[in-house]
Amino acid sequence: MNSFTFTRARTIADALRSARGDVKFLAGGTTLVDLMKLDVERPAGIIDLNALPLAEVRRTPDGGLHIGALARNSDVAHHPDVVRDYPLLSQALLSGASVQLRNMASTGGNLLQRTRCVYFRDAAMACNKRSPGSGCAAIGGFNRNLAILGTSAHCIATNPSDQNVALTALEATVHVTGSNGERSVPIGDFYLLPGQTPERETILEPGDLVTSVTLPPPAPGAGSTYVKLRDRASFEFALASAAVVVTIKGGVMQRARVAMGGIATKPWRNLDVEAALEGQPATRERFADAAQILLSDAKPQSRNGFKVELAKRCLVHALSVATAVT
Amino acid sequence: MKIAVTVNGERYERDVEPRTLLAYFLREDLGLTGTHVGCDSSSCGCCVVAMDGDRAVKSCTMFAVQADGHEITTVEGLEQGGKLHPLQQAFWDQHGLQCGYCTPGMLMTSYVLLKHQPAPNEAEIREAIAGNLCRCTGYQNIVKAIQQASTELAAEPAAAAVGS
Repeated sequence: MNSFTFTRARTIADALRSARGDVKFLAGGTTLVDLMKLDVERPAGIIDLNALPLAEVRRTPDGGLHIGALARNSDVAHHPDVVRDYPLLSQALLSGASVQLRNMASTGGNLLQRTRCVYFRDAAMACNKRSPGSGCAAIGGFNRNLAILGTSAHCIATNPSDQNVALTALEATVHVTGSNGERSVPIGDFYLLPGQTPERETILEPGDLVTSVTLPPPAPGAGSTYVKLRDRASFEFALASAAVVVTIKGGVMQRARVAMGGIATKPWRNLDVEAALEGQPATRERFADAAQILLSDAKPQSRNGFKVELAKRCLVHALSVATAVT
Repeated sequence: MKIAVTVNGERYERDVEPRTLLAYFLREDLGLTGTHVGCDSSSCGCCVVAMDGDRAVKSCTMFAVQADGHEITTVEGLEQGGKLHPLQQAFWDQHGLQCGYCTPGMLMTSYVLLKHQPAPNEAEIREAIAGNLCRCTGYQNIVKAIQQASTELAAEPAAAAVGS
């Protein structure tokens, strides 16, 4: 690993001041340290955030939930308020990685988790995300686990997070501070499509620091779940996953929120899918209609065509579980 | 960079390069070679240690400077006064190892598991060790060993205490 300077931020202002030039913030390190060992990340400096008071999980005045950026994935997953009011977030977190990684990984770090595309993670290969302009070896290469939605001719890398899929279905807000002050961004606006600049994954500017995520109050009476399909039962990334929150009244879906993971270049939400569910009876036929809409724009690659049907079944199953329709 | 880390109850002050990983700090700076490095990519779990007594972490995926001010328990900290920890004895009794390479990580993951869940069922045990790979045993005897230790520790909770 390259050598680097190590600075411990004592305050948020301290962290922002230090964030000049080729530096990276360090929280849990489960993505960053891994990528530094692979020479994919070679920062000249590391700014350690772990002394900052950003690990708190607490209710907000409106009945929602504040999750500090440094709150560890395991602590969020087992937090009684999350388990009770946002169970799909707990399920999503516990379906990710292994207990040891969840003990280190942070909420903010998971938001910024990098793709598992093997070409991104191998510094010898062409990858527009790692090395802009070098090409994309995944197109036509080993792309079984890569995206079928939101891709471009420059990048087909999947966003690998489980947490972010649940946060998208829960309509979370990401709170950011930077040299231009503080701002709050709906998670639906936080991630960027790869387009011609796959190296830019979020709206964050250099030196910006994610400080927390907030969730709106839980939808009263809603059913929800997170379903993750993968090659083995644990410690594996999703081939397809679905986070759904559905409120039913008299057998009719009043409100539906749907986000998908494992199939797209960012946590995937399609408002047409939700519109196709709302006002409809909770039946497998209507779920299948919504799944058809979800995948209508899918662009399978050479080795991941199976994901089209897999994602449909994943969504239908998640909606069936959340609405208790068999 | 100067750091102070308490390992198995003993405080160590050392000057380390920031890029030194905790696993190598334990093995090479402190000579505690019980912590193994397997995949070096946070997959296999050979390097698991306990941080602050109740948190299993992969020491190959954190910098030693991240352990500054913390307490680390390694496999060397389990045995007390020449007597194996009930988990170590159970791995022996149940043949929970063959080559032994994964064993330090298995033991430390199990050690933390039993602190949080003194009586885990088989599914909970298997989920807890999902981040620890074993190429020899097929896991059956590892699960049995953790069950044995769980039973013994329930009968004699004081035996669980290690370190400072």
